[in-house]
Amino acid sequence: MKYIDEFNDPGLARRLLDEIRATATRPWALMEVCGGQTHSIIRHGIDQLLPEQVELIHGPGCPVCVTPLDVIDQALEIASRPGVIFCSFGDMLRVPGTDRDLFRVKGEGGDVRVVYSPLDALELARRHPDREVVFFAIGFETTAPANAMAVHQARRLGLNNFSLLVSHVRVPPAIEAIMTAPACRVQGFLAAGHVCSVMGMAEYPELAARFRVPMVVTGFEPLDILEGIRLAVRQLERGEHRVENAYPRAVREEGNPAAVRMIEEVFEVTDRNWRGIGPIPLSGWRLTDAFRAYDAEHRFDVTGIRTEEPAECRSGEVLQGLIKPTECEAFGTTCTPRTPLGATMVSSEGACAAYYLYRRMNAATPQAERAAREEMNPVA
Amino acid sequence: MPEQLADTVDPANWTCPAPLRDQPVVVMGHGGGGALSAELMEQVFVPAYGNATLAALADSAVLELGGARLAFSTDSYVVRPLFFPGGSLGDLAVNGTVNDLAMSGARPAYLSAAFVLEEGVELSVVGRIARAMGAAAEAAGVTIATGDTKVVESGHGDGVYVTTAGVGLVPDGVDIRPQRARPGDAVIVSGPIGLHGVAIMSVREGLEFGVEIASDTAPLADLVAAMLAVTPDIHVLRDPTRGGLAASLNEIARASGTGVRLQERAVPVPDAVANACGFLGLDPLYVANEGRLVAFVPPSSADEVLATMRAHPQGAGATVIGECVAEHPGMVVVATGLGGTRVVDLPLGEQLPRIC
Repeated sequence: MKYIDEFNDPGLARRLLDEIRATATRPWALMEVCGGQTHSIIRHGIDQLLPEQVELIHGPGCPVCVTPLDVIDQALEIASRPGVIFCSFGDMLRVPGTDRDLFRVKGEGGDVRVVYSPLDALELARRHPDREVVFFAIGFETTAPANAMAVHQARRLGLNNFSLLVSHVRVPPAIEAIMTAPACRVQGFLAAGHVCSVMGMAEYPELAARFRVPMVVTGFEPLDILEGIRLAVRQLERGEHRVENAYPRAVREEGNPAAVRMIEEVFEVTDRNWRGIGPIPLSGWRLTDAFRAYDAEHRFDVTGIRTEEPAECRSGEVLQGLIKPTECEAFGTTCTPRTPLGATMVSSEGACAAYYLYRRMNAATPQAERAAREEMNPVA
Repeated sequence: MPEQLADTVDPANWTCPAPLRDQPVVVMGHGGGGALSAELMEQVFVPAYGNATLAALADSAVLELGGARLAFSTDSYVVRPLFFPGGSLGDLAVNGTVNDLAMSGARPAYLSAAFVLEEGVELSVVGRIARAMGAAAEAAGVTIATGDTKVVESGHGDGVYVTTAGVGLVPDGVDIRPQRARPGDAVIVSGPIGLHGVAIMSVREGLEFGVEIASDTAPLADLVAAMLAVTPDIHVLRDPTRGGLAASLNEIARASGTGVRLQERAVPVPDAVANACGFLGLDPLYVANEGRLVAFVPPSSADEVLATMRAHPQGAGATVIGECVAEHPGMVVVATGLGGTRVVDLPLGEQLPRIC
């Protein structure tokens, strides 16, 4: 625990905040790419501690949030079939498809199981040779190596009752999509440390140079995040736009070559639809032809399932930092964590869910809010 | 930013708009002790039974009978695996009901025990559970006075289910219920949190965290009696079982119309629990306990109650974790170690491990 405590030290945090305050002379908008960072920011209240000039925009890096609706519907269809054991990470179970979620399928008799690793699903396939075991392979570069390993192992063990429903996404094309959006406000990025620990940093200098944005590879503990913000703000104030590594204890320039090799053996780059954002070219992975036998989409013939997002949901704009969750008409009314329209309200990492909780507190203390505002700006 | 909020929503009407009919089938979350459990209770059971005692939604009902005040409670236990580090289904079935009675300030006296057994379960397993119940009852000073047994066909149960009900007497002058929380009350937890939930998870999922984590299951009636001996004016007691500390504190905040402000650094989370939760992406505040209580105590007697708790084996790790406040009524807010704040909401159903 000592290790983690050191990255929570309030004294060090205060010093970093003071430095950020002293450095920022004008407003800057930074995007933290990863949902894990968003979660940590909200959990530790970091966004409330930052000076007014530094705004954090929550990026699209929540794998639960960006898995497209048609893939969720494919998952629901496969999980409903008799003889199938459908395995998923826990937080996917509550993500709404068109008319239900995996919890509902489980309540209706589907064999839906939460696993902690695709290798757990593989073990289920080994123990239940008479059943089809499907693993819901979602996520960014962080989860891809283990999923690739599971397929690799399945072939090695001759397990023909195991398959993946793949919806993998890649960060760099998403950054490019965000930066080329007409209304983009992002001036700097906190790059996702875990993604870089797998893939390395090679893809980032070109993006930083092309869009003239600082990109600071950042970890997940509170001090990691404050340090990432400090370095990004310092670059912005100096007019720089480089890739900096603020997470050297986990990230090496070259990443994890063994993990990358595993991914490249099993997956190939493909276009991918992002929930709420739409198609981003070359932004995903799918199984290569050599591993097509392990592709659940084909095995269960659900490739034809194509669905539309509810028009009311503006999660795509939220994911791109174009609007705050509170600017969406459905926020807190027809869309709540209990009745989410989009995945940003489902996942604890989702920007809408985080705002829902935080804003509720402020809504409960209007007088305190007013007093704070008047104190900051007595004339108004 | 609050201006934007005012433009889009009416905070006074900020409730879940979804009626229960949106969930046409029971899902696991309905048993998770969170928002879905509360909806099931409020929208199905309370309207069907319709009485003020039930509507109070306390851990046990306090009833007037023959001039005495009687606490009455029932609970079913469906834990898997049946035996785990620190206890068993039998211990839970006794301690759980004893503790529900104690949370009204009652001295538990008698329990009933009903078994649902699945065809094919070994009798030695049933015997082990029964012996554990006998030992737990003796330790808690209660008598298992009546019972029932049913058998269901193989495949229609999960081995052994046990339901216990219990009664106890509430001493004169004691009025403990969630509605009595008042701003200024000290919020005290009786010891480290999260041990039971993590112990169960580690054996159920076959996860090892370097050290064995044992459940905290224990009877709390004796501790409660010692606390009441200091002051009968304890406002609220709750044992934070399913849904953890977060669910209990939210229920109290909602029932009393007060707010709760926790100091994150004061909440006693054992290293092993913190590490396991970090690994699994869970929040210890939502993890189940079976031998802990949370107390709302008037500030005038908080120090003395705390000292008494610490002198008792079940309260040796007691600590003040926050206070009851007038701000943000119905809500639990945590002051983070860094100086920020966040809301700790009622969990929806069961807590789910996060992907990243």
